[in-house]
Amino acid sequence: MAEKMELNDVEVWDGNYAAAQALRQAQVDVVAAYPITPSTPIVENYGAFVANGYVDGEFVMVESEHAAMSGCVGAAAAGGRVATATSSQGFMLMIEVLYQASGMRLPIVLNVVNRAVASPLNVRGDHGDMYAGRDSGWVQLDAFNAQEAYDLNLCAFKIAEDINVRLPAMVHQDGFLTSHTAQNVYPLSDDEAYAFIGDYKPVDEMLDFSKPVTYGAQTEEDWHYEHKAKQHRALMDSYVVIDRVFEEFKAKTGREYKRVESYMMEDAEVAIVALGSTVETAIQAAQELRDNEGLKAGVVAPRCFRPFPFNEIRDVLANVKAVAVLDRSCPMGAMGALFNEISAAMYTTPSRPLITNFIYGLGGRDFSLDDAKHIFREQKGHADVGYITTPIQQFSGLRGPKLGFYETKRSK
Amino acid sequence: MIEIRWHSRAGQGAVTGAKGLGDVVSRTGKQVQAFALYGSAKRGAAMRAYNRIDDKPIINHAKFMLPDYVLVIDPALAFTDNITENDKPETQYIITTHLDKTELIAQIPELQDKKDRVHVVDCMQISLDTIGRAIPNAPMLGAFVKVSGMFELEDFLESMKRVLAKFPQKIIDANMAAITRAYNEVN
Repeated sequence: MAEKMELNDVEVWDGNYAAAQALRQAQVDVVAAYPITPSTPIVENYGAFVANGYVDGEFVMVESEHAAMSGCVGAAAAGGRVATATSSQGFMLMIEVLYQASGMRLPIVLNVVNRAVASPLNVRGDHGDMYAGRDSGWVQLDAFNAQEAYDLNLCAFKIAEDINVRLPAMVHQDGFLTSHTAQNVYPLSDDEAYAFIGDYKPVDEMLDFSKPVTYGAQTEEDWHYEHKAKQHRALMDSYVVIDRVFEEFKAKTGREYKRVESYMMEDAEVAIVALGSTVETAIQAAQELRDNEGLKAGVVAPRCFRPFPFNEIRDVLANVKAVAVLDRSCPMGAMGALFNEISAAMYTTPSRPLITNFIYGLGGRDFSLDDAKHIFREQKGHADVGYITTPIQQFSGLRGPKLGFYETKRSK
Repeated sequence: MIEIRWHSRAGQGAVTGAKGLGDVVSRTGKQVQAFALYGSAKRGAAMRAYNRIDDKPIINHAKFMLPDYVLVIDPALAFTDNITENDKPETQYIITTHLDKTELIAQIPELQDKKDRVHVVDCMQISLDTIGRAIPNAPMLGAFVKVSGMFELEDFLESMKRVLAKFPQKIIDANMAAITRAYNEVN
């Protein structure tokens, strides 16, 4: 039996330690890991918790991230609660196995501490790795600060393991900006946290020798398509469980999560849509613009990147005139992925707001209050004249000559 | 909102200092943020750590700040790093040095017009004498308590003891001595 840890009502934790504490409180059976900056302390701390008797689990050291996720697949198929963490290049090496895990419907929780992808080598935060996972069949939840990294880990186990979901889940947080930033965190006690997640309920576990099962079977054109469509449907429909888990979490803690978070959107004329810690910086910028310039600015943030909250996005942006969608990942030859998804959602609505795309913050480039305010003011400019006055894709915070792509064809 | 910027070398404990300060301040009911800019830095490389302290939740994640306090815990960085970057008229400087204040200011042109906002303390000597190693973060906290007037020394020491609770008593005592001595010696 694992020892309990006494926690204060308020702790000062960074995002990594907050996630590690959640893994401990979930009493994860197996963590197979190949540590990589900036996610290292998550698995390092889990290992320390095991060594010191605070978790009744196994820390498996492996030779690569591909092996780490493979170990997680094996342990999950065997019938255990499983989690790990990675970033950047490690995530890229895991990708092949991510699809295996979701196809086998194994409810693994993966903490992805978002970091830029080489080359050039860079350890700091951007969303290149998170975006690379978006077709992998995992639930993807996004934390904007350390408290949320803790909370969403607790929720992720409950969502992934629900019999109506049974899909793996990623919890994302921004490398350094969240993972290495200490802030006030209000944890649950060990008993409360474990009671919220509940005991792991194995489904078709391989260690049940009385009922042999096969994982990772081969299907050609006869069944592959049906399997994949069924998996897609499970992920599309998982929103029901996600909403219910968020409700239960609110009832327990008072902290409310929604698949799309929105701030000051009731009367907003212009909005920023973003992911990660940028969301909070943008909220402060919007508040200051409202207070000082009377600019009706609001912020929208997909908490749930997958399943993509198509409907909720349409609802929350229904009444804005101009929207800037921020992508912290270089789309390399296209518009930003979040821009494309927001645009697709809004194209099916009568309002069809003016939508522009900003690439920003690559490799950890700072995103300041002034950067956010500049973007809001530009959206106000579009809203006032009724068309997009700038290139549709721009780069915020880039040194050198201004870079932009595509002119609007909606101008009068 | 109070904003603090630490100038340090990787390995001198600025990150631990910033997090320790955050931990202590959180126990007074305030909201805190502590982070650092070190990337893949090696021990000895110049780096910066940051604190924000406020009564309401801190949601600004930008690195950019106009610091209220600049804490320099490596003596050479006062000369080689841009310690007055984003200075504002109220910014207070606490610099670790073996020089006296007048000598130090005479050698750093950027501090000439900020004389009344510069404080000096020899964190290196204090940590060598009390802790036995050149770990200047704990003494800097003592100097900060004095200069900021944000806490009573006794309350700060009590909170710090709880933050350090996992360490052996000898280390806790040495840190308390370092904080107290820097509190008394900073000028």
